[in-house]
Amino acid sequence: MATSNKPIVWGPFAAGGTLTAFITPALILLTLLAALGQAPDLLAYERMHAFAGHWLAKVALAGVVFLSLWSAAHRLRITCYDLGVRADTAVATIVYAVALAATGASVLYLARI
Amino acid sequence: MGEEMSRKPYVRKFTSEWIFRHPRYLRYLAREFSCLFIGGWTLLMVWGLKRLAEGPAAWAAYLEFLKSPASIAFHVLALGFAAYHSVTWFNLTPKALPLQIGEESVPDAAISGAHFGAWAVLSLAVLYFAGAF
Repeated sequence: MATSNKPIVWGPFAAGGTLTAFITPALILLTLLAALGQAPDLLAYERMHAFAGHWLAKVALAGVVFLSLWSAAHRLRITCYDLGVRADTAVATIVYAVALAATGASVLYLARI
Repeated sequence: MGEEMSRKPYVRKFTSEWIFRHPRYLRYLAREFSCLFIGGWTLLMVWGLKRLAEGPAAWAAYLEFLKSPASIAFHVLALGFAAYHSVTWFNLTPKALPLQIGEESVPDAAISGAHFGAWAVLSLAVLYFAGAF
């Protein structure tokens, strides 16, 4: 049987696509409100710090970061190919590495909160 | 004679002109470009976690940074593209998750409709939990 890494790449893409479809617009609306000077209560330092300090929220935030970035990275890779960039291995390496590195960074920051 | 090849391998010339050949392709590309905004916004959030870990002053500076005109413009675009991603994603659910109850297959509109309903409920829940209203 031919081995393929497609399921490993595609699984988090589908999961991330579903997750971002359900919650990302609402999350962007929250930071848009903050950008307009109408920051929701949760974004006050004490509340945000307490929220992100809970282990369950840490796991959820890291999960959201990973799935969002992975699905965006995968989509960007496919889009690059569609737009004529044929160096797929290089593109894939870069976009997935950025997604993983930023996820790692978020885990590090969450551990410090 | 070495210069002359017995065959001429066909190298397809790639152009991005296909994008404009049909409105469908433009819509496809708009959907794909949503990844730049969703990914970019997520990276902005990772930066926010860093600032949050650094203390109240850093977090206040981050919130101030969010108020720049460039950030507002980015947020408006990101909201539009993220919502477009959601709409395209849920419109595809009848294809991805066809459902059959007994002999009858559940109509496409019911499957995508359930997703749109869940999207609305979840969005309201997130906004309510965050104290946006």
